[in-house]
Formats: sequence, structure tokens, C-alpha cells
Amino acid sequence: MQRKRRFEGVVMITQERCKGCTVCVEFCPVHVLSMSDAFNQKGYHFPELKDPEKCSGCDLCGMYCPDFAIYAFKREMKEAS
Amino acid sequence: MNSNDSTECTLPLNPVVPFLRTERMPHIWCPGCGIGTTVNCFARAVMDCGIPLDELAIVSGIGCTGRVAGYLKLDSFHTTHGRAIPFATGLKLSNPKLHVVVYSGDGDLAGIGGNHFIHAARRNLDLTVILVNNFTYAMTGGQATPTAPKESIETTAPYGVFEEPFNLPHLAASSGAVYVARWTAYHVVQTKKAILEALQKKGFSFVEILAPCPTIYLRRNRLGGAVEELKYYKEHCVIQNGADTKDVGIDLRHQDKVTIGKFLDIEKKEYYDAYQEHYAGLLKGGKQAVAGA
Amino acid sequence: MAELLYQHAEPEAVLSGTHFMDGNHAACEGAIAAGCRFAAGYPITPSTEIVERFAERAPHVGAMFIQMEDEIASSICLQGAVWGGLKAMTVTSGPGFSLMMEHTGYAAMTETPCVFVDVQRAGPSTGLPTLPAQGDMLQCRFGSHGDYEAIALCPSSVQECFDFMIEAFNLAEAYRVPVFFMMDECVGHMTEKLVIPDAREISVLGRRFTKKPPEEFLPYAPGEDLVPEMVKAGDGYRFHVTGLTHDERGYPSTTLATQRQLVVRLIEKIQRNAPKIWKWEERNLQGAEVAVISYGISARVALKAIELAKQDGIQAGLFRLITVWPFPGQRIQELATRVRAIVVPELNLRGQVANEVERAVQGRCPVVPVGHPGGGVHDPQDIFHAIKEALS
Repeated sequence: MQRKRRFEGVVMITQERCKGCTVCVEFCPVHVLSMSDAFNQKGYHFPELKDPEKCSGCDLCGMYCPDFAIYAFKREMKEAS
Repeated sequence: MNSNDSTECTLPLNPVVPFLRTERMPHIWCPGCGIGTTVNCFARAVMDCGIPLDELAIVSGIGCTGRVAGYLKLDSFHTTHGRAIPFATGLKLSNPKLHVVVYSGDGDLAGIGGNHFIHAARRNLDLTVILVNNFTYAMTGGQATPTAPKESIETTAPYGVFEEPFNLPHLAASSGAVYVARWTAYHVVQTKKAILEALQKKGFSFVEILAPCPTIYLRRNRLGGAVEELKYYKEHCVIQNGADTKDVGIDLRHQDKVTIGKFLDIEKKEYYDAYQEHYAGLLKGGKQAVAGA
Repeated sequence: MAELLYQHAEPEAVLSGTHFMDGNHAACEGAIAAGCRFAAGYPITPSTEIVERFAERAPHVGAMFIQMEDEIASSICLQGAVWGGLKAMTVTSGPGFSLMMEHTGYAAMTETPCVFVDVQRAGPSTGLPTLPAQGDMLQCRFGSHGDYEAIALCPSSVQECFDFMIEAFNLAEAYRVPVFFMMDECVGHMTEKLVIPDAREISVLGRRFTKKPPEEFLPYAPGEDLVPEMVKAGDGYRFHVTGLTHDERGYPSTTLATQRQLVVRLIEKIQRNAPKIWKWEERNLQGAEVAVISYGISARVALKAIELAKQDGIQAGLFRLITVWPFPGQRIQELATRVRAIVVPELNLRGQVANEVERAVQGRCPVVPVGHPGGGVHDPQDIFHAIKEALS
């Protein structure tokens, strides 16, 4: 039987700070992110969540992001049933 | 999900935000530049270390990494080219309760400031020196630094670099540093841990961080962008803690592996303590050699 | 605006009494009396005795001396110590002074109060290390790139090495500028009587620390006298200091408006306060036909020439510059309307101060420079002949 996850990961993105380097997308261990087709005010594509449920909240994206534009954290899961 | 830093709900902030002068964002660093990544590691290391931010001072020289001081909401000093270490020397000795971090680049600390680097290590001053090595003078457009890999193209070496590059961990260790590590902007968790250890270490501690410079160094050498460079680090770096520093010289792209890891972690009397001890007999009534400020 | 808070010198640090001492040692004692508790230096003739004495005295007065790897390091190390909260100086001579130039500009730009001592020797380059000159007078004024104002004092006796060193530290704190203490080898190495007063008779200016809380404090917002209040590292202000052009927050800015506002203020804060800074000595100028304007050791040699002139029936007097920068041009202009000629002996060949005198005089009377290549002092006869020539 699969163990139930007690924590979910939450990703926060500050779009306007992003310079579109794609490092977060590339090095996310569970491939939660992809680059958006949209532009921010400076004309950069920024990351968006393609698979939010998979995020573990490891914050590797936050450690990599050279522009302080993304980070993640763990949050206790609400009781589903 | 999008957020601003001043989000009104109770979600946790980006851990780096309490360290940033957010009013100065966005910073001047190029897309994919590794310096911001090292700042993330630094911020998380300081948080784990528990140093009160009011007792932490940061000193930078000139150059891209030299701009770190200006973006961090600490007592921060953006000094002259190559002179962050001697400035930090005066700052630390005049106010020993401060944790003084020198944060600068390879050209600044190992080029123009090389003499100060070896002498501060020799004295074993209680400084944490973080050197972001991007193999070029990026702020001025990509000239050859003392760490530029052989045959790399730099604007002042248009036919390729032919000089031998510095082996910085060996330079630090042989000059007298007590903590020496090298990591890369790919190895963020280890980099954070190394900075944390360096902050806690009393004496001259040195962390070299290899970092991509996509706009200048990588582009001119047709090495791709930040992602490619970080992948290169991932594939070619070999962690060898305790490696003899004389064997860890980098000849990027001519050697199969780049040795990274914690090379040195020893105990040795730090300068200020040694000073106090040395003069203890002379001091009247237990007075400190330096009154402090 | 932070008020100027004068205190007495620390009694334990002041060697009150009568001494027979050389100028370099007296300068060191002056610095200690002034509250200097940090010195960074690198050995260089003929200044070394100052740091040697400081190294000896430091442990006894709660001070620290560090011998740095070069003058470049010394000249920035002391500024780190200032931002850590101490009063600090560095000491050097010609070649070392040349190496320090970038950091004199950094001190001016970041408004770091500190003292640079230059015991001048003959140059250029290695020149005559053991012999005097006064050839760095423009270097201390213009040595770093860009526009700024600094303060330079020239002692001409051992007593003044002590007295004006205290003044140098006080001026540095009052105006937050680098102050250049421009000695020469003769003044540094001559031994004469020195009276060090009681600590209670010595006024020492404390740092102009702000009383504002961090959230209200702007590190580079000037007060009425154009000088901003100061803070030090570790007090919770989490401020930024940069050599880049910066706004009142201390943050870099590349606008013309910021450049103008900052650099104009750096100059104005000295120019506007110059009458409060100026110090000079006038001797026998009442009714004099000729004024001899000089400074340092040359001013003492000039006294002999004035005596020779008197024997020859010429009334000559001495105007001795103590503050060379900012230049007391106003007073010299007044003087030029009262005398028939001005003679300026100094130990350099290009009229470093004579040109400034000429600029102030604006043709009101002839100005005769009496140059010297350095390596010795003037023959008083040469100055005397210049006095005679000036009148003819």
C-alpha cells in the first residue's frame, strides 16, 4: 500500500523578476515546471506550473534561481477524505 | 501561482528576501548568471547559521560579483577593485563582534587583489571569503582573469589564453587558510553547506564557487548557456573531499574531471585571538588590545 | 544635524609633560591623543618612526597596529576600521603615497573620516628617500581621479606635529573627509622641545553618529553644513557604502542629477566651511614690503632670509600656511593689496603652492616662486635674493 503524503509542495513565482534562464525548469527533480508562452514586462518568458501536484516543496528551484523569482516550500496537506 | 514578496497572506517568504534590498530589484546580473544562485545559497546558509543580521557585514570589490554587497540588506561595503580583503581586515579588527564576509569575483580577489588574499590567509584573519569564479572579467566585457582556462577565448586573449590558470584552493591552503572548499552553482545544497561551515569556522575560510557567465564567457567560447554549463558541472565534477589541493587545479574542458569538495578543514589560531594572547602580558588591568567600537 | 561633540583626550593615552622628541614621534603622540586607535601602515623612509612608535604604544592605549602587505592595503584597511567605529590613520612617504591615491578618492567619495600622513621626501620615483621635499602638495590635492576636496595641514615644528595632528583628526570627523598631514623629512626627523599638555586641555572631536533610528536614517543625506551623519557597522542600520556615485540612501545611481548633487556637495562642504578650517601664522607682516609665503620646513628657513632682508633695510614678513588645502586664497588676496611683492619658497621646482598663490593674487603684486629640487632645504641667501629681486 502506498504511503499517504503528509506534505504538499507549493511553488511561488514572481514573474516580473524572471529573466527566462530556464534553470528552474531544467533542474526541477520532479519536472513540475515549464516555460510559459507569455512574456513579462521586460519581455522574458517565465516559468509556470505544469504539474503542481508533483511538487515536493524541495526549493531547489529557489536555490538555483539567479533572479530570486521563484521558490518553493512544503505545506501540510489538508485532509482529503 | 504567482506572488509578490509583500504577499499579505501567511505564506512563507522567499528565504532570500529578508537579505535583499528588494527596492533595488531586478539586479544587473544577466539571465542565467550564477552569482544570484550563490546569493541564494549564502542567504540560506546565514539563516541556518543563526548569525543576527545586524552582526553580519559584507564587503565586495569591483566587478559583477562585486555588486553582491549592494543587493544585500546588511551592513555592506562596495569597495575598490581588489581591495575587499584589506577593507574587511580593518572592519573586522576594529569591531571583532562582526562576522565579516568578503564576497567577490575571481578577477577581483585572485587578480588585482591576489596579494591581499594570500596575506589575509597567512594571518588567518577571521574572514569568510566567497569567491565566485566565472573565469572572466565579465563587468568589463570578458577579459582574461588569472583563472581563465587555457585556450579559452577572452577579449584580451582573442587567440586563446596560453597562461597557466591559478589553482585557488591550493593558493588559499598553502597561504594558511583553515577552511577551503570548491563547489559550483550546480551543487547548490553543498555550496550552502560549505558557506555555512565557513561562516562558523573561526579563521580564514575560503569557498570557491564555479559559476556560469552565459553572456560573456560561455557565449564567446561557444559553450552554450547557463543550463549547458550547469550540466557540464553536473557531469564533469567529481566530489573528492579532503583531496590534496595541489591536485585540484582546473583545466576546464581539457580534463575529464573537475575536482570539487571540501578540501581543508583544520584548526589554527585566528589572528585576533593570537593578537590578544600575544599582548596579554602587556595590557594593563585586563584591558583588551583593541577597545572595540 | 549631529552636533559637534568635543571631549577631553583620554588621560591614560596622553604623555603629558615636556619632551625632547622628533617630529615623527610627536605626530604619533598627537594621533594617540586625538583618539586614533587603529593604524595600518607599510614601512617607508622617512615616515617609519611614526608607525614604529604606534606599534609600541598601541597595546598600552587599547589601540591596534597592523603592518599591511603594501600601501594600497594600508590605505583601505584604515577605512574599514573607520566604518567599524574607530579613528584611524595610515602613514607613508612619496612612493607609498602614490600607491594610496585611489583610496584617498574612495575616502572622499564615501565620506570616510581618516588621516593620511605623508612625510615628504624628494622624488620623483624612489628619489632621495632620506632627504626632504615638499613635492606632494598637489598630489594630496588632486592625486585621485575626479573632483573632490580634501584638507591638508603642514606642520613646521615638532610641537605642531603633535598639535596639528589632533586638529587633523578633528577636521576629519567634522567634515568627513580624508585629511592629509603633509610633513617633510626635516620636520619628521628634527628633534626639539615638545610640550604635551594635560589631557583635559586637549579637545577631541567625537564621531558625528546619528541619533535617528534605522528606519529614518539616510546615510548620505547632508545636514545644514553639508556633512551627513554617520553610523558604523554592527549597529543595526544595515547601510550601504559604495565608491560608485550614490544617492542619499547610499545606493548607486547613474543619473547626471545624482552625480551633480553628490560631487558638488563634496566640494561645497569644504569650500563653504573653509573659513572655519583655515589656519595660518603671520609674522612681521605689519607694514611689510614683501610677504614670504611658505609652509613646513621652508617657512623656518624663510625666517632667516627675512632677517637678512631686514639687515639690508627691507621690511619682509612671513605668511606661513598651516592649512594648505582648502587654500586660504581670500586672505592672501588681501595681503597682496598691502605688500609690494610676494615670495614663495618651497621644496619643489614647479611652484605647486606658488601657482595657487599667484591664482589668488590675480596680478595685484608680483609673485616670485623660489623653487628647489628637494634633497635639502633652501639656502636662506636664495630666498633673500628673491626678496630683493621681487622689489626691483
